[in-house]
Amino acid sequence: MSEQASISQTGTETSMVEMRGVNKWYGDFHVLRDIDLTVSRGERIVICGPSGSGKSTLIRCINHLEEHQQGEIVVGGMPLTQDVKRIEQIRRRVGMVFQHFNLFPHLTVLENCCLAPMWVQKKPRREAEARAMQYLERVRIAEQAKKYPGQLSGGQQQRVAIARSLCMHPEVMLFDEPTSALDPEMIKEVLDVMVELAQEGMTMLCVTHEMGFAKTVADRVIFMDQGQIIEENAPEPFFNHPQSERTQLFLSQILGH
Amino acid sequence: MIHNRTMIEARPAPSGTIGPIAWLRANLFSGPINSIFTLLGLYLLYVLLMPTIQWALINADWIGTSREDCSRTGACWVFINARIGQFIYGLYPGSEIWRVNLTFVTFAALIAWLAIPRLPFKHWVAAVALLGFPLFAYFLLYGGHFGLDVVETHRWGGLMLTLVLAVVGMVAALPIGVLLALGRRSHMPIVKSFCVVFIEFWRGVPLITVLFMASVMLPLFMPTGVSVDRLVRALIGITLFQSAYMAEVVRGGLQAIPRGQEEAAAALGMNYWKRMGLIVLPQALKMMIPGIVNTFISLFKDTTLVMIIGLFDLLGIVQAALSDSRWLGFSLEGYIFAGLMFWIFCFSMSRYSQYLERKLHTGHKR
Repeated sequence: MSEQASISQTGTETSMVEMRGVNKWYGDFHVLRDIDLTVSRGERIVICGPSGSGKSTLIRCINHLEEHQQGEIVVGGMPLTQDVKRIEQIRRRVGMVFQHFNLFPHLTVLENCCLAPMWVQKKPRREAEARAMQYLERVRIAEQAKKYPGQLSGGQQQRVAIARSLCMHPEVMLFDEPTSALDPEMIKEVLDVMVELAQEGMTMLCVTHEMGFAKTVADRVIFMDQGQIIEENAPEPFFNHPQSERTQLFLSQILGH
Repeated sequence: MIHNRTMIEARPAPSGTIGPIAWLRANLFSGPINSIFTLLGLYLLYVLLMPTIQWALINADWIGTSREDCSRTGACWVFINARIGQFIYGLYPGSEIWRVNLTFVTFAALIAWLAIPRLPFKHWVAAVALLGFPLFAYFLLYGGHFGLDVVETHRWGGLMLTLVLAVVGMVAALPIGVLLALGRRSHMPIVKSFCVVFIEFWRGVPLITVLFMASVMLPLFMPTGVSVDRLVRALIGITLFQSAYMAEVVRGGLQAIPRGQEEAAAALGMNYWKRMGLIVLPQALKMMIPGIVNTFISLFKDTTLVMIIGLFDLLGIVQAALSDSRWLGFSLEGYIFAGLMFWIFCFSMSRYSQYLERKLHTGHKR
């Protein structure tokens, strides 16, 4: 498939991520079952569901940290193939924030943010640093730029991780349970940054259990169970009138206390 | 419950809990039984150490040229004195020894430059040390160019040969080991099996066998008329052998890096070599320092095995000197000298590695 053909093929400029009939197995275990999902540019999506339901696997398939065995994934008009160059091309356009931050501990905060712009996008150091400082400013952590990740709190580290992703100017951001490894008093500082990002129009897919966040910013909430998308709806009807029994049960469990 | 609202001032620790006397009391004389053991230990040390000091230092002969000068009851360091040239330079021609010295000095200067943190241009110096210096050392030590006479490698020996073997082995084995370790973790079946077979083969054979094969078997497979220098053969053998060990040390380090590190690098669009070179290896190498230095130290001492293929390293040349009929009976002095030299080098490496570990620790273990 040539580059030209593959890009023009989808043509729908508005859809940022498209998944069609995506299936994935770990050995015999069927983790993702017939996933169909279209994310428009600028859309904010929250994915929730019980643990082991395949939410993380789903978003990790989008930047090929996990490989799907069946179906089609198109990111920004570019079909995801096995080709290593293609995968790297797509990853450059997709930012990701991890549950455990995964900052590079041997580099300072500033270096963490400059590394990919300098080595992947070949930006000169001066430009990369200016850009990094700008994003660190935005996540309100610029004064820690010279410190190492090990010297920061969890919430600060996660904000650096968000800045690090933003430095690549991604078109879509994937959040894989960004607040679940944080102490309660640090969750808010990270969520605040995410809310601002959402309000600026970033396309986002967030796997999270922060239902408050979902209500504030999500355009759509997706509920997954046993590798399937069970229900998807706008937040208001999703929380107030969940259709499926499993969604109702799940919501009663996490909102009940 | 009401808490005290005023801040408590910092007070000094009670007297007698800090300082040398307190240390002595806590560690050596904390009770009657411990005090007895401490005194007993000191007495034993005295009984064992005093004769050694007497023999090695107080009753020893230091000055002279022949065994007639060894009149006293202690050690006779005259033997070492008389042979020191050979121990360091082997049979390198006397008029050309400045070439070895120049190589030593250059090497020491480069190492010192790299080891002292304050000095600038580390990258350039490292490049010179890795790329320029080997050529420089080759032309200087072997000669044959720039008006220098050729000094055949069978005249090389002593400390100089030991250092050549060890340094070449270390510098060449590390990159090969890193590649082998990466290959062993690779998902490509052919690369992976090649690396596994290579590592397991070289780790499974004793170094003596490797050297013997390199020295005796290799020439049989060579086309007639082609001969590879004996020292070069030993170097190749040592390098391959060491790289297999190094590979396993490196692999251990790589496994200690959480998978999330590589994933984060991948998610930023870095390709395999950037993920490894910028993220995984720098962290892994830091953890591997003790293992790498351990391997270096054992390599440094293993170089003594080249004796069996007729190369005279430091220990070999000391042993050869012991069988000199004019100096019979001074083996203790000879072995102590060789042991001390090896110890100095190994201990320095060990200290430097501990310093490096402290320096590179950025406190990422939370």
